[in-house]
Amino acid sequence: MKVVLQNLTKKFPNRNKKVQEDVVAVNDFTFEIPDGKLIGLLGPSGCGKSTTLSLICGLQKPTSGKIFFGDDDVTELPPENRGVGMVFQNYALYPHLTVKQNILFPLENLKGKDRLTKDQMLEKAHQIAKLVQIDELMERKPSELSGGQQQRVAIARALVKMPRVLLLDEPLSNLDARLRLQTREEIRRIQRETGITTIFVTHDQEEAMSISDQIVVMKAGVVQQIGRPQDVYNSPVNLFVAKFLGTPPINVFDGRVSGGRLYIGNDCVMDVGGVSDQDVTVGIRPEGFVLCENGPLCCKLSGVEVMGRDISIVSTNTSSLNPTIRSIISAENEVAPDAEIVRFTLKPNKVFLFSKADEARISFGG
Amino acid sequence: MENNNRKAWLYLLPAILFMGLFMVYPLVDVFIYSFEEGYNSASQTFFGTGLYNYSYVLHDPYFLQAVKNTFILVIITVPLSTGIALLISVGLSSIKPLRNLYQTVYFLPYVTNTLAVGLVFMILFKKTAYSDGLVNLLINLFGGSSVDFIDGPYWAKMFVLCFYTIWVVMPFKILILTSALASVNQDYYNAARVDGTSKLRIFTKITLPMISPMIFYLVITGFIGAFKAYSDAVALFGTNLNAAGMNTIVGYVYDMLYGDSGGYPSYASAAAIILFAIVLTITVINLLVSKKHVHY
Amino acid sequence: METNYDKIEKAAKTRRTVTKVIVYTLLTLWALMVLFPFYWMLLTSVKSYGSYNAEYIPKFFTLSPTLQNYIDGFTTVNLGRYVLNTVIFTVATTALMLIVTIPAAFAFARLNFRGKNLAFTLLLSLMMIPNELVIITNYTTITNWDMRNTFIGLILPSVASVFYIYLLRENFAQIPDELYYAAKVDGTSDFKYLWKVMIPICKPTIVTITILKVIECWNSYVWPRLVTDDEAYYLVSGGIQEIRENGFGRENIPAMMAAVVVISVPLIVLFLIFRKKIMAGVARGGTKG
Repeated sequence: MKVVLQNLTKKFPNRNKKVQEDVVAVNDFTFEIPDGKLIGLLGPSGCGKSTTLSLICGLQKPTSGKIFFGDDDVTELPPENRGVGMVFQNYALYPHLTVKQNILFPLENLKGKDRLTKDQMLEKAHQIAKLVQIDELMERKPSELSGGQQQRVAIARALVKMPRVLLLDEPLSNLDARLRLQTREEIRRIQRETGITTIFVTHDQEEAMSISDQIVVMKAGVVQQIGRPQDVYNSPVNLFVAKFLGTPPINVFDGRVSGGRLYIGNDCVMDVGGVSDQDVTVGIRPEGFVLCENGPLCCKLSGVEVMGRDISIVSTNTSSLNPTIRSIISAENEVAPDAEIVRFTLKPNKVFLFSKADEARISFGG
Repeated sequence: MENNNRKAWLYLLPAILFMGLFMVYPLVDVFIYSFEEGYNSASQTFFGTGLYNYSYVLHDPYFLQAVKNTFILVIITVPLSTGIALLISVGLSSIKPLRNLYQTVYFLPYVTNTLAVGLVFMILFKKTAYSDGLVNLLINLFGGSSVDFIDGPYWAKMFVLCFYTIWVVMPFKILILTSALASVNQDYYNAARVDGTSKLRIFTKITLPMISPMIFYLVITGFIGAFKAYSDAVALFGTNLNAAGMNTIVGYVYDMLYGDSGGYPSYASAAAIILFAIVLTITVINLLVSKKHVHY
Repeated sequence: METNYDKIEKAAKTRRTVTKVIVYTLLTLWALMVLFPFYWMLLTSVKSYGSYNAEYIPKFFTLSPTLQNYIDGFTTVNLGRYVLNTVIFTVATTALMLIVTIPAAFAFARLNFRGKNLAFTLLLSLMMIPNELVIITNYTTITNWDMRNTFIGLILPSVASVFYIYLLRENFAQIPDELYYAAKVDGTSDFKYLWKVMIPICKPTIVTITILKVIECWNSYVWPRLVTDDEAYYLVSGGIQEIRENGFGRENIPAMMAAVVVISVPLIVLFLIFRKKIMAGVARGGTKG
């Protein structure tokens, strides 16, 4: 099922009653989610991603704008008539019901011609339990399950009525680090097998990047960029997106373009064709540095961390906007431990320029 | 941490004194009293020990009347008050405007003097030479004939007593239930809504099980409280409850102790212990039932 | 498809409105049920004796309110005495309760001593003892001590409250140990620590138990009735019973209602001031009586 958001806007009255202005949680969001894809809504807390999910789910009504499932306008429809499945952040499993009863719950709500016989319901519940691999746990209560198992039950409960759209709110935030890796693969697998259009919300960029077909990066209610994870990573539209994606995070410098050349401090680091003279903010991905004895960018070395396959060089530069610069280079390189300075050349496709005025990206011909 | 035995007991001393003297000692003593036959409170002598006091109390028509009254009161008021309180609390939880106002109003009976407001109920229900009373006028309005609820037939008096008891216990129940309802995570309701659960089903399948521990708590404390009913009855029918035929078990205990019919602490003790045994039995039954039915 | 959805929306809207109307009707009905007795007692208390008795059908308002009943309340019967007695009883009992409760709660929460667990278990089991069981011996004790019709006789057995010790201990126990050790390092004595640190931190709970005890004292009836038969020591509950049976003459209901108003108002005012605290306190485990 294709999901279309059209100029979706949600305003809340300001909690501080002295301020008359409304808080805009979601501002003019337009997006067409293709059928059968896994979409990650990504952004720092308070960026409006959870509100967007609530709007799609129907738990909240938009102030303006429309939502379509396929060709149906569902904007004014209550959640129960939309055919959505939702997995809540804390799972919201009914603690007094067993796993089986929890999964059966949505089926037992169906009325009229949609109503299944008891056997059909059980059959379906078992099918879905098998899909999420909890068929061994059917008679247990939620309190007797681990976090990861509860998560699966919640997904099973959302899926059992074959929703047109599956929504997940911070699905991994209540799990520990190891389970997170495992569970996100699970979510990907289940989504592939069922082919249900799935939208999930997360503040963890790694999570979103690793499993989404497309990611939507939001900030303060405004969509910043939509695209395939790698595309967004490789060509962020602005400084915010560049900073938000990637671990370790992008290194940011004060820089200046003069005569088609980019200067960081007094070092002329590379050519940037077609950019007029101006002060800029420079973002350099950690993997954009190449160790080079006479490289143009000169930094003060403060430490080297060996991470097996790679080494991470920590250094400082007076033009850097972060306290330290982190660069990742292949472990085949060697850095003299007692060296005081390191020099780099830069990979042009890992360097981004942003306007000082509006933080938008300035493209340059390599 | 170091042991500071002496200091600790010093801090506890006042509490131990008060409780020892007015709670622990009396508790032991009341059992002794109940077995001392023919105790004379003036000379403080008795002439035997045994079960006579219990036998006397159990054969006393006043006591049997009191037991009957108390049981009727319990059976009517506990389920009714819990049910109505649940209804009101659910209603209260579903609204936003005026909620605080309603909550405050509903709590008022808790802080009022049972004896004093009982008088108001009395004049509302009482039929006198001057006026039939407001409630009777209402009954007349609907075509019924006047009944004296205070000095009239048994069922009428019992009705007033139950009505007033429910009025008095309601604030506590509403308060407990509204806070229980408020503590149910909103996500459960959202999840149920997304799954298209009907209102009724949400209530019976989610809300009720989630607050069932609190409901059982209220039922248990309700039973205990109703078995100890006394001042409500005094407020409505005056201190001579035996004459009104509206005595309760606790009332019987006090009447045996004090007043025109008093001076028999042994009988009072026996009656009090019988009451305690009844309450304990009912509470244990309640707990056993709740183990089976209360979730998690 | 479009119209179908419209229908669903409309049906949902109607259902919501109907539910709201029903809910508010129900709630208002009960609110009236609660408020009406209060209204009636206020109304009756300002009707004159003559006009009240002349109304075969009681009127829901009065055009000639009078304060005569209140004057009668304080002159022909001893209402002022009852109120004063109750104030003395309430203040003394509550103060003593705090003096007993705070150190005991402190000892259970903070100090280590031999027999602590046993003592605490005994304390908790005392919570289950019904008042009716111990009141009989207390009555005999006070009679034997010749303390009937004295304030001491009234007050002493009403002081101890197991539940409040328990409640305060729980609150004290939440204060982190580090605070205690820090104070010890600075050379603070246990008593000073209790007075300067624990009591200020736990003030909300102390206020709550104080208010609950005040309500309990103000409305207490059974014990005062047992140990006082001299009118000079009646509290308001006993006083109102006395007024009903021997006061103004049995039929002077307006004067009786004036007395009811006088003894009800203090607690209602207290409640309206400390509404949140009282309700929270009661929700944590108060029961009536």
